[in-house]
Amino acid sequence: MKIIVLVKQVPDSTEIRVDKVTGTLIRAGVPSIINPDDLAGVEAALQLKEKMDATVTIVSMGPPQAAEMLKELYARGVDECVLITDRKFGGADTCATSTTLAGALNKIGYDLIIAGRQAIDGDTAQVGPQTAERLGIPQVTYVDEIIDVTDTTVTVKKSLEDSEEIIEAKLPCVLTTLSGMNEPRYMNCNDIVDSFSKEVKIFTFDDLGIDEKLVGLAGSPTKVHATFTKDVSAETETFDMPAADAAKLIAKTLKEKQIITK
Amino acid sequence: MAKFEGYKDIYVFVEQKNGEIANVGYELISEARKLVASIPSLGFQVVGVLLGHNITDKANEVIAHGADKVIVVDDALLEGYSTQFYADALTQVILTYKPDSFLTGATVLGRDLAPRVAARLNAGLTADATKIEIDQTKVEDGEALLLVTRPTFGGNLFGTIICPNTRPQMATIRPNVFSMDAPDAGRSGEVITFTPEWTDTDPKVVVKKVIEKVVEGVDITKADILVGAGRGAEDCLDMVKAVAEELGGEMCASRAVVDDGFADKSIQVGQTGKTVRPSLYIACGISGACQHVAGMEKSDMIIAINRDPQAEIFSIANMGFVGDVKEILPLLKEEIIAAKKA
Amino acid sequence: MDFMLTEQQQMMKKLFAEFAEKEVKPLAAEIDEEERFPRETVEKMKACKMLGIPYSREYGGAGADYLCYILAVEELSKKCGTTGVVLSAHTSLGTWPIVQFGTPEQKEKYLPDLCTGKKLAAFGLTEPNAGTDAAGQQTTAVKDGDDYILNGTKIFITNAGEADVYIIFAMTDKTKGTHGISAFIVEKGMPGFTVGQHEKKLGIRGSATSELIFNNVRLSKDHLLGQEGKGFKIAMMTLDGGRIGIAAQALGIAQGAIDEVVPYVKSRKQFGRPISKFQNTQFQLADMQTKVDAARWLVYDAAMKKEKGLPYSVEAAKAKLFASEVAMEVTTKAIQLMGGYGYTRDYPVERMFRDAKITEIYEGTSEVQRMVISGAMLK
Repeated sequence: MKIIVLVKQVPDSTEIRVDKVTGTLIRAGVPSIINPDDLAGVEAALQLKEKMDATVTIVSMGPPQAAEMLKELYARGVDECVLITDRKFGGADTCATSTTLAGALNKIGYDLIIAGRQAIDGDTAQVGPQTAERLGIPQVTYVDEIIDVTDTTVTVKKSLEDSEEIIEAKLPCVLTTLSGMNEPRYMNCNDIVDSFSKEVKIFTFDDLGIDEKLVGLAGSPTKVHATFTKDVSAETETFDMPAADAAKLIAKTLKEKQIITK
Repeated sequence: MAKFEGYKDIYVFVEQKNGEIANVGYELISEARKLVASIPSLGFQVVGVLLGHNITDKANEVIAHGADKVIVVDDALLEGYSTQFYADALTQVILTYKPDSFLTGATVLGRDLAPRVAARLNAGLTADATKIEIDQTKVEDGEALLLVTRPTFGGNLFGTIICPNTRPQMATIRPNVFSMDAPDAGRSGEVITFTPEWTDTDPKVVVKKVIEKVVEGVDITKADILVGAGRGAEDCLDMVKAVAEELGGEMCASRAVVDDGFADKSIQVGQTGKTVRPSLYIACGISGACQHVAGMEKSDMIIAINRDPQAEIFSIANMGFVGDVKEILPLLKEEIIAAKKA
Repeated sequence: MDFMLTEQQQMMKKLFAEFAEKEVKPLAAEIDEEERFPRETVEKMKACKMLGIPYSREYGGAGADYLCYILAVEELSKKCGTTGVVLSAHTSLGTWPIVQFGTPEQKEKYLPDLCTGKKLAAFGLTEPNAGTDAAGQQTTAVKDGDDYILNGTKIFITNAGEADVYIIFAMTDKTKGTHGISAFIVEKGMPGFTVGQHEKKLGIRGSATSELIFNNVRLSKDHLLGQEGKGFKIAMMTLDGGRIGIAAQALGIAQGAIDEVVPYVKSRKQFGRPISKFQNTQFQLADMQTKVDAARWLVYDAAMKKEKGLPYSVEAAKAKLFASEVAMEVTTKAIQLMGGYGYTRDYPVERMFRDAKITEIYEGTSEVQRMVISGAMLK
């Protein structure tokens, strides 16, 4: 079984700070990481590989530097890494990204596609379902557990707001995974050593055979009109007073606002 | 001539489960009403789209909540949610009625359905919008261009997204981002029944079993008062809980506290947790990382207690107190008890 | 000359740092307090294939270079000195002699289990009356037909009881002095081999340190490691490599203390401002980090010389001497900078200070290192 995991390299958003003077993002020194939901997908795929006859292929779209991240996935034991990279793909929204990914997936072949639910830089959760749509295959999103895989079906547990569903989907299909579903393995020393003799396969625009109008900025129906950082709220007051006075003032205020009632 | 001939009105996907309509649909209808009111010259209506089985009678409820028109697709294949059948039906509705914009709740269902439909239509879809406006400079040309603002980079940056060349303009919005207006049973509106044509009725995905989640504690998104615990309150979580109880509210937690294993993920507030907008939010030992702030900044009143006077939380708090939560909370609990009696 | 880590070393370091942060740090105070061997961490290191880093794939090792292994000890020790020495004693002291001196049969028998971490290794040289004067071995291995009968006691043995395979030194011919010492491979569970009480120590309290007691332990000749009479040389060569591991442990402890103290001085306020604004704090930190970085290059230099097959005995001695003394100095200063809080067990520098001390003592005291270094200079 050929398992594909879609992986994105993202800036670690927990490390991003806003420059209070200029109001812009401080991106310098922010490490790039493997998107957490995607890493859960990689782990899920590697666990399947341990249970059954399967190969795990990572497919990522991004700048050439993303190859380094893919090496780290070799160091976790995946079989093959493919990086889709081309200036022509720059500025793609989820619509164009899914078209590009689907183009590559049609070349690579697949039985089961796993994608992280969402990326921590964009948080859209759209690429998985949209890739499934482009490939014309079913999807199950918000997967919390992969229960069983046969030659023709996959059974998963989907996590909803107030319930869980046990779902059986026909293969091939796309699953989107949640970062809490498993504890992603570490790299290991043996696979780190071996990763340096493995190639990251590169796909460029010319390799995919898709219409140039459908990829990159040109193929993106959404455009970024403006970006800004948040205004600091105006109505704030900070007190430095003994604990007893602080408690009294809070209670008094809540009483005045009728939050505390009899 | 208008740029997008034939496209008009703001459509809202009205999500229902077992015939019960989720509030987010009504929140979006309320917001859509404000949007159409901002462009009276275009004569846009607010249209609800209701998919399901044996749900036609719910259309009046949708109208009461502000829809001018409801398109109902009532079909046995739509009994429970299915990506396949819902996407097929919704795509046909959109192709038939040509909405100028289409809003969907950013629920698990909405985030499953909307991207699929958008891809099929090659329409632009903006996820998790926190603010929607209409570009008034384009209204003269008969165009209702949505300016959709959403957080990115974990809430550090906001982007305003537009779809200048495609229709419908699609967006998903998280529950609780917009407020819901009270229903008006006296409102009238049009109910249209739409019958989809099924090309494939063989389900590719089958729900075998539904397990209701045992909700530990309560749904914090519904709480009116929340007392949030951050890493600085990890060793006095019982006091955080006690103060919450005394105020008739609930305890919630930052990602750090959940990651450290002191609280359940179900009460996590923030970018990777839940979005809340209670009347009162007391942030205890929460530094105010923007991931957390993104989930609670819309609270009506924010009180923050933190040892670090430089803590980010103070910049968004209405009242900030520099001090140790361990000292202040027990005293606060007593003061609340006293205030109730007074 | 290139002072940059290779890409492979960087990736390894990233793994070790992440592992140390997530798996080692959370347990460090607990295993110290409870004087408990971190067995669960060993199991997790096994999953990351960390127990045979510099040994060839043929034996189940990772086939990485020696510096990669040293980076592992350093990163683990930043969070927990105990965990660092567990790995170091296993890799440098317990496994290396078999890699270096074992027969093909011995390698085949022991190395796959040791390099994959299925079994843990230890090294027993020190005796009550043979510490720095290791030549004064009183443990004996007396020939009995084709076998040897082992009798005696080893003390202060790291990984004692937890290890499955022990490299043990004993006199096979008392008349020959150091040339009468031989090395043996002894397995846990052999009749007559028992482990004594856990030593109560100042630091590295989670490390299993005990006595090994041999009472008529019968060893067939295939347990002899290397040639008879070559044991002392094997011991000294093994310790040369082991010292790089201990130097890395000391380096890690020292850097770990700095990593704790820097955020502390930035947040701790006295006289209305963070203590990091005081010049004393700034100068102390500058001295601490400079010395740690100097120690790091000595440690890495020794590791690279060993990797390249160059003589490294003196380099290892210098690395251990300097790194261990820097560890002691830096952890002392770290506590001082943190004042009363630093002295409490609420903060890890107190433990780091206690853990640092042993690095000046075991695998050759600082005095021994000075003897090695000056001996080479004056020869």
